[in-house]
Amino acid sequence: MAMSQIDTPFADASMAAPESAVSVRGVSKNYGAVEALKNMSLEFPKGQLTSLLGPSGCGKTTLLKIIAGLIPADSGTIEVGGKAITGPGDDRAFVFQDFALLPWANVLRNVAFGLELRGVAKSEREAIAETYIANVGLAGFEKAFPHELSGGMRQRVGLARALSVDSQVLLLDEPFSAVDEQTRRKFQEDLLSLVENENKTFIFVTHSIEEAVYVSDQIAILLPRPSRVSEIIRPSSFRNKGVENIRRDPEYLDIVDEIWASLRNYVE
Amino acid sequence: MQVFGVKLPAMSSLLLWGLLWEIVGQMGLTFFVPPLSQVFATLFEIIGTPPFLKALWETGYAFFMGVFFAIVIGIPVGILMGKSRFLDELLLPWVNIFVSAPLTALVPVLMVLFGFGLTSIIITTTLFAIWIIILNARAGVRQINRSLVDMARSFGASPLDAFTKIYFWAALPEILGGVRIGVIRAVKGVIIGQLLISIVGFGALFELYASNFLMGHFWAVLIILFALAFSISEFLGYLERKVAYYAAKR
Repeated sequence: MAMSQIDTPFADASMAAPESAVSVRGVSKNYGAVEALKNMSLEFPKGQLTSLLGPSGCGKTTLLKIIAGLIPADSGTIEVGGKAITGPGDDRAFVFQDFALLPWANVLRNVAFGLELRGVAKSEREAIAETYIANVGLAGFEKAFPHELSGGMRQRVGLARALSVDSQVLLLDEPFSAVDEQTRRKFQEDLLSLVENENKTFIFVTHSIEEAVYVSDQIAILLPRPSRVSEIIRPSSFRNKGVENIRRDPEYLDIVDEIWASLRNYVE
Repeated sequence: MQVFGVKLPAMSSLLLWGLLWEIVGQMGLTFFVPPLSQVFATLFEIIGTPPFLKALWETGYAFFMGVFFAIVIGIPVGILMGKSRFLDELLLPWVNIFVSAPLTALVPVLMVLFGFGLTSIIITTTLFAIWIIILNARAGVRQINRSLVDMARSFGASPLDAFTKIYFWAALPEILGGVRIGVIRAVKGVIIGQLLISIVGFGALFELYASNFLMGHFWAVLIILFALAFSISEFLGYLERKVAYYAAKR
């Protein structure tokens, strides 16, 4: 299991730093005169979920898109699996806030679309896609079109598409913000078991403090003007107590309060 | 349309206008309007004759060639203009000028450049149809959801993949709308070409019938032409409705 090394509160402090799947080193990005990111450095431990959390305008989505290779950084380097990146690559897969599904294609083709672009033969990619469609709980909807699905189901399609390319790093840009609260809770639980079972590195952008604390192994608090990493929090004691107990755990509640205390000054 | 609470089938108003035409024709007010029944009698009389089939072939060939070039040039140009700011700034003024220009005035220039034959007629047809096709394809691409483009890039789409798998399909509802209007314009283009450049095809028939005051024949050919144009337009409208389910959700 990926996170067994942090069973006790101080385990990670006494151990050598876990291996990084993604390293952000001195990344800056300007939009004209606006400094979106300034000399930002951050490590993303392998096999864990790291949240980028902060008020709007803190550059969290910009950072995620730079890691994805969708936006070039003005300076600094991004390393994924030890190699500096220059653009999008097979080692990363992206889950979009608005799902970004092809409205003219059915669920099967949408899920297989990442593999289609990577040149995988039709029968092979559809077999892989069907596995992941079943994994995200959409078996039977292969022939349905996105407009026939609910928001939550559409994001499951987006998730299945990202999983089916089997990238080492999953980049999730506020993936649950466009789905309703109950679906969102279910998603968060599913995400936890995904992190546990898939042995991938997750980078998760969110504006919800509760959500970040609930799902994360590591939370990077980003503050705006100028954009910087103000704090890195590693919840340690409640992760293995079961999904239904996390929200009552004293450490969970403390961390939520602590984060709110440091963010409240930045909310208009 | 509803009359006294009874829903009438589409285009039943045509019956009314047809009736009016028949009455005016029977009254013999003007040689210009023969009775509709006589027009239809003439229609069925000429429809199988060799001169008519020859004209149909000449016009149809020029029309489809013209539309073909308008589509295969217009759609990619429109998509590229929608994608590239540079190409857009370069070409948009010309497209806007030509889409609203009185193209008929250009036909003599085409005759000087390309001669009095089929080539000039096809080019005229293309020129009538292409601009609206370009503008619509461009509009379709410009409203594309950014994250679809990001999605394709993040999964490693080549520029060609992005073009054929994302941009084309995302813009398809607008593209079909443009093609439909372009085809209607192409009908105008091909007839004007066949009247002005070389007197062939339906253009020649119109010329022949009008100059010999054969108004029954004249109207019969016009009705056939209208029916053909209307069928093509309706077929494209049907294709448009097939993609309408995602037009609002891109």
